Amino acid sequence: MRSAEVQVAKLDHAEEEALLHSRSLLSDAVSHILHDRLTLLALGILITFTLIGIIAPPIIEGPLGIDVNRTNVVARFKQPGVDGFVLGADHLGRDQLVRLIYGGRISLAIAYASSLGIILIGVSLGLISGFYGGIVDDIIMWIINTLSAIPALFILLVASAIWEPSPEVLVFILAMLGWFGTCRLVRGEVLSIRERDFVLAAKALGATNRRLVMAHIAPNVFSIVIVTGSIIAGNLILLESGLSYLGVGVQPPTPTWGNMLTDSRNYFATGVHLVLWPGVLIVITVLCFYLIGDGLRDALDPHRRH
Amino acid sequence: MLAYLRRRILQAIPTFFGVTFVAFMLILSAPGDPVALITFNPQASDTGSAERLRRQLGLDQPALVQYVYWLAGNDWAQVDSNGDGTLDSPGTRLGLLRGDLGNSLKHRRPVSELFMERVPATLLLTMSALVLGYGLGIVLGMLAAINQGNIIDQIIRVISVIGNAVPQFWLGLLLIIIFSIQLDLLPMSGMRSISSRGDFDILETLRHMILPVFVLSLNTIAYVSRFTRAELLEVLGQDYIRTARAKGLPRNRVWWRHAIRNALLPVATFLGPAIGTLLSGAVIVEQVFSWPGLGQLTINAVFQRDYPLVMGSIVVASIMFITGVLLSDVLYAVLDPRIRLR
Repeated sequence: MRSAEVQVAKLDHAEEEALLHSRSLLSDAVSHILHDRLTLLALGILITFTLIGIIAPPIIEGPLGIDVNRTNVVARFKQPGVDGFVLGADHLGRDQLVRLIYGGRISLAIAYASSLGIILIGVSLGLISGFYGGIVDDIIMWIINTLSAIPALFILLVASAIWEPSPEVLVFILAMLGWFGTCRLVRGEVLSIRERDFVLAAKALGATNRRLVMAHIAPNVFSIVIVTGSIIAGNLILLESGLSYLGVGVQPPTPTWGNMLTDSRNYFATGVHLVLWPGVLIVITVLCFYLIGDGLRDALDPHRRH
Repeated sequence: MLAYLRRRILQAIPTFFGVTFVAFMLILSAPGDPVALITFNPQASDTGSAERLRRQLGLDQPALVQYVYWLAGNDWAQVDSNGDGTLDSPGTRLGLLRGDLGNSLKHRRPVSELFMERVPATLLLTMSALVLGYGLGIVLGMLAAINQGNIIDQIIRVISVIGNAVPQFWLGLLLIIIFSIQLDLLPMSGMRSISSRGDFDILETLRHMILPVFVLSLNTIAYVSRFTRAELLEVLGQDYIRTARAKGLPRNRVWWRHAIRNALLPVATFLGPAIGTLLSGAVIVEQVFSWPGLGQLTINAVFQRDYPLVMGSIVVASIMFITGVLLSDVLYAVLDPRIRLR
């Protein structure tokens, strides 16, 4: 009898604690990620790569005095570890490690920038399309259906070959041709959220359309968008490297992980290290983006977790 | 069923016209003067003969007129075929809708002829990859679901995650290094050996197909296996499975008759997107393995600024994609009556 009473009291106490320490979605997600070691590892690697891309080039150019594009015939196909070439030298005698750093900087910057662009376009059009419906929705969906009926690489190949892109133009092309999936996803979410009671309640209280979208609907698509954003960034690394490999991405001598592999086909015998490393870095980076996406999905979706 | 089929085909038609319009506008927006490209002379743009050539080709016409001629031909319209400035004779082009995609600037042959040679190779590659991707993907997914949580499940998960993160061209290059150069087991490029003198030899072609088909199908294997695993686990948790077991059906029968059939149904919805992924992937894989297909033709055309061929490639690739999606939708409707009655 007495112990039961104590238990009840304890329960009440625990509930009180839980109420006192109730957390917002964001802090809840952060604390979940802090306990998710795989996601933390992926995040750590990605931040390291990004920081190297930002910090290393000034050091390489300054104190070390290395020019990423200067060729050196004597050092052609130097094996990794020989004469200070940590990861060897390529067919023109350029240090592979230095080129990988510069290449990573461009590949990552392109991935970040274009996934941001894709999110911006996809989310705004998805919100408009899903919320307003009608003819606007019809037009947007027709555009999406038409453009996504062309196999992605064909139209990307042609578009980037025509405009011979600088990194900025490539970002523009990737964003303009990459937002369909995000838009569809957001539109679908909005269509279902729009019918929920809390939206009806807000409407009944006299909220304007603008307020309905910005204050009530948009925050609810936030988590799904952040998750796709991460996965899209991974896909963009793959896409950019593929385009560079085909020779229509960022043009040499500017290195990217993709175009460093373009010529490697001719040097199978002499330089296996030239084939290996750019690919390894691509795989690691893409994996990190995917893992972060998965981790975020778990962190931001309380239903899924328990 | 017929009504559903008719509705789906009617939906595909505006998409097709949209695609042709996009292809046309993309090329029209290309910088540079087509006349300079055709004559291989960058200075040719301002001369009198360039003006005449431009009139002969109809390049002086408004964009929309050019589009209509490209689409529907110009044999029914008056064009300036001798370039003297008067529209006095009917044209000779039949137009895209009647199978005339113009002439390739580089090959000096009808674009449609080139496609006839190249499309079968791409179809062979993508269809084989589709079959392998679905076959292996479903088997791996089933294995993972049976072994949920243990080491086999973990291994399959790692394979499928990495399978999605590996760039196809890089995997292709590595496999060429290992299997063609180091071990000398498989051919590294093309569809047949030089020594086969053009005779079609099925074994020889199969040997050439192993690496490219595997590389191309990896994405599909990864996706289908994860999808199958998730669907199977979902189905296995349903009440009717417990009911089937409770009424005394043997485990095998429940598994094959009740679980697998229902779990694979949603997996079939991925057929359409998979075809798009495979067609895109084929561009890269064909380049890596020098596979003489549509992708390789397109890449070369893009670099040679062979615009009629480039426009044709976009249209033909899209037709393949649209048809694939249509067929997979129809297949799905056959499998699942709920779809066609909606």
